[in-house]
Amino acid sequence: MSTKTFKVKVKRQDEAASASYWQTFDVDYTPNMNVISTLQKIAAKPVTADGKDVAPVVWDCGCLEEVCGACTMVINGRACQACSTLVDELLEENPVIQIEPMSKFPVVRDLWVDRSRMFNNLKRIKGWVPTDGTYDLGAGPQETQEEQDLRYAYSRCMTCGCCLEACPQFTKDNDFMGAQSFAQTDYFNSHATGKLLADERLDVIMGPGGISDCGNSQNCVQVCPKELPLLTAIASVGRQATIYSIKRFFTGKK
Amino acid sequence: MSDHPRVIVVGGGLAGLAATVRIAEQGVPVDLFSMIPVKRSHSVCAQGGINACNEVARQQGYSEWQHMDETLYGGDFLNHQPPVYEMTHWAPKIIDLLDRMGVPFNRTAEGFRDLRLFGGSLFKRTHFSGASTGQQLLYALDEQTRRYEDKGLVENYEFWEFLWPVLDENGVCKGIIAQDQRTMEMKAFRADAVVMATGGCGVIYGKSTMSVICTGAAAARCYEAGVKLGNPEMIQVHPTAIPGEDKCRLMSESARGEGGRVWVPRKKGDDRKPTDIPEEERWYFLEERYPKYGNLVPRDIATREIFSVCEEGYGVGGGRMAYLDITHLPMETKDKLAAILEIYEKFTGDDPRFVPMKIFPAVHYSMGGLYTEYEMEERKPVPGDKLDDVWGMKDGDPKNMMTNIEGLYAFGEVNYQYHGATRLGANALLSCIFDGLFCGSSVSNYVKDIEDKAADKPEALYQKYLDQEKAKIDKLISQNGKFNPYEIHARLGDEMTASCTVVKNEERMLQCYEALNEMKAQYKDLKLSDTGEYTNANLVFSRALGDMLVYAEAILHASIERKESRGSHFRSDFPDRIDDPFHKTAVVSYDVENDKPVLDWEEIPMPMVELRKRDYSK
Repeated sequence: MSTKTFKVKVKRQDEAASASYWQTFDVDYTPNMNVISTLQKIAAKPVTADGKDVAPVVWDCGCLEEVCGACTMVINGRACQACSTLVDELLEENPVIQIEPMSKFPVVRDLWVDRSRMFNNLKRIKGWVPTDGTYDLGAGPQETQEEQDLRYAYSRCMTCGCCLEACPQFTKDNDFMGAQSFAQTDYFNSHATGKLLADERLDVIMGPGGISDCGNSQNCVQVCPKELPLLTAIASVGRQATIYSIKRFFTGKK
Repeated sequence: MSDHPRVIVVGGGLAGLAATVRIAEQGVPVDLFSMIPVKRSHSVCAQGGINACNEVARQQGYSEWQHMDETLYGGDFLNHQPPVYEMTHWAPKIIDLLDRMGVPFNRTAEGFRDLRLFGGSLFKRTHFSGASTGQQLLYALDEQTRRYEDKGLVENYEFWEFLWPVLDENGVCKGIIAQDQRTMEMKAFRADAVVMATGGCGVIYGKSTMSVICTGAAAARCYEAGVKLGNPEMIQVHPTAIPGEDKCRLMSESARGEGGRVWVPRKKGDDRKPTDIPEEERWYFLEERYPKYGNLVPRDIATREIFSVCEEGYGVGGGRMAYLDITHLPMETKDKLAAILEIYEKFTGDDPRFVPMKIFPAVHYSMGGLYTEYEMEERKPVPGDKLDDVWGMKDGDPKNMMTNIEGLYAFGEVNYQYHGATRLGANALLSCIFDGLFCGSSVSNYVKDIEDKAADKPEALYQKYLDQEKAKIDKLISQNGKFNPYEIHARLGDEMTASCTVVKNEERMLQCYEALNEMKAQYKDLKLSDTGEYTNANLVFSRALGDMLVYAEAILHASIERKESRGSHFRSDFPDRIDDPFHKTAVVSYDVENDKPVLDWEEIPMPMVELRKRDYSK
């Protein structure tokens, strides 16, 4: 029985500081493959299409169910999760599948990038509800199902970075925060207790790399795998910032 | 940061983060280690919800006691009761706390927290956040952890892998050896207590619903270092998963909780499209066999039923699949399940709102794990409690969920407590958070009073363990043998899945044992495809494979020795529960010299609910 194979071109990089290069692999085809199972096959037998033994490709992944956000990479030119990207669909587009690391984050090795900037931004915007601790203090604030709907939509952000990869404003060497941080700001500012830190969050959002640097290209909302209402978030945070700056002006607060 | 006292938490899922928050809140600094950014921990995969008695259920006759009873009955009475009493009585407080932390729980029309029905109960007592509850709870705890990080009380070691516990001359845990998976830097870390919160071991089975990091290697390393295991044979196989090339994706019990029905065609080999099969030609075998619980029998039962109807040839198109059907539900109900329905559609191309989903059971959860102890305490009964004489855990006692190695704790899925022989749906999130919160103060109390400080231990102690771990790596890298680690792993998964999941029997398990011995021999003759010293994922995997083989043997050994059927452990050669002599904990310790598991049976104290026959058909 002859095995059907397909070609996968992977952009590789041995170390953070080294130059990148491409390698092509022939991968045995089985039905219903995704990009993760493709990479697993390459890892199990790391031999290039021209027969050279090479180091196995390194990548980042976790749940493989598109909820953890780890396996984001650029596949056939699009930032997406490798687990939920199916080989059959890719082969319909192009006989060679092309996989690259995200370009907006520093590469650790091969397809694995360092997204700590996203987590640091969550710290910058004080992305938490300021509770009084883990003591037994009764229920949280009541909210309507409509309020929950919006907050739930924001809370599905898995810090994958697709929105930032697609954003023309967000680059490796600037400090723009991007849609992820703005959505999380709106998430916490719309919670009755979370709101208590709203001014502090807005101070950050109005600072360097904040909302005023958004170029409104609207790429983010189109690539978000969880369909977060990112434009709603940007508009809402922008509005809050405007009101807050007026308040700041009249109260003389710095 | 002060050097004393310090605590290390290994694992940043619900249990690890809850522990971190609780311990940091007491002013004790925490070093948090995780293979991945903690926000990506496997807890994100939990979908359905979290159980707790609530006011609505209470007024319908439910109680914390009833929640406890269901948990024990579901677990076929293999659970210790005082921890379950404590957990179920704490559950409502935990929901309140998560609510205060901002978890977007679904709401009723009036704005209260909404509830859904879940397996093993006739009451709605499951709180939920869409169909991605685990993700929402994890994020809330991640946020609180970040807050303590910001205050300087938590140091985050993400992408660091736990390699070995450091035990001093008295056998007390005083730190860990860990390695950065990026730079491959290996270091010893001092701590006055170590909390293992490293989750399950599904990857031993090859394809499971678990994340790629859930190899069980961390638990296995503790076991190899002297920590006992409790009931390792108790592995949960979830009835409804989407089989895939790289993993089996979970299809939440909430689909059935919201009214989803499981069926197969009545005619064997029927290959018509499901939508073309009329109602009367569909066999709703769970509803037929379990009229009261219907599709919401505990998971082990639903799994065995689906498995056996498929074995009999009734599977979809004659294959190993059944339908999970939610097409008849109203759109607003389907909206509550959006997160899981989207996933199904993305992976299969079918829209489950209109076409029944095709599912099959897959390995999902480890009820067994590291063996732990606790301090019992008599409790004053609360309304709903059915006895005057009730026992819980002593709040803040340093012993709570400590393993047999002093200073080494096990929280969450890696802890063998709470679930017995089957875990009820939506009890996992509860047990993980409960461990972290309730037993977190046990840890801080333990370290506060400690006299023999980790900070005062000689450097040589840590160097010894560092050398041990470096030698292991050198050996793996230099051996340049014949066998491919990924091929051994694939075989391990196939063997364990075939012999040690839904239906077990001695003959097949002995075959697996033979295969396992062969694999262990092959493991000593491994060839790594990457021998470099930077971000070597091949090395990380190969090292874990060795530990998986050791842990697999413990699972297998206990599965063979438990010659009865109880909960998730079903033996076709011993189909009945046999309380005498098997109503006992299987305590497995590792014989280092002979590289073999050694099993002891330990009595289960029975202070409250008497054993009764587990029968969901009436």
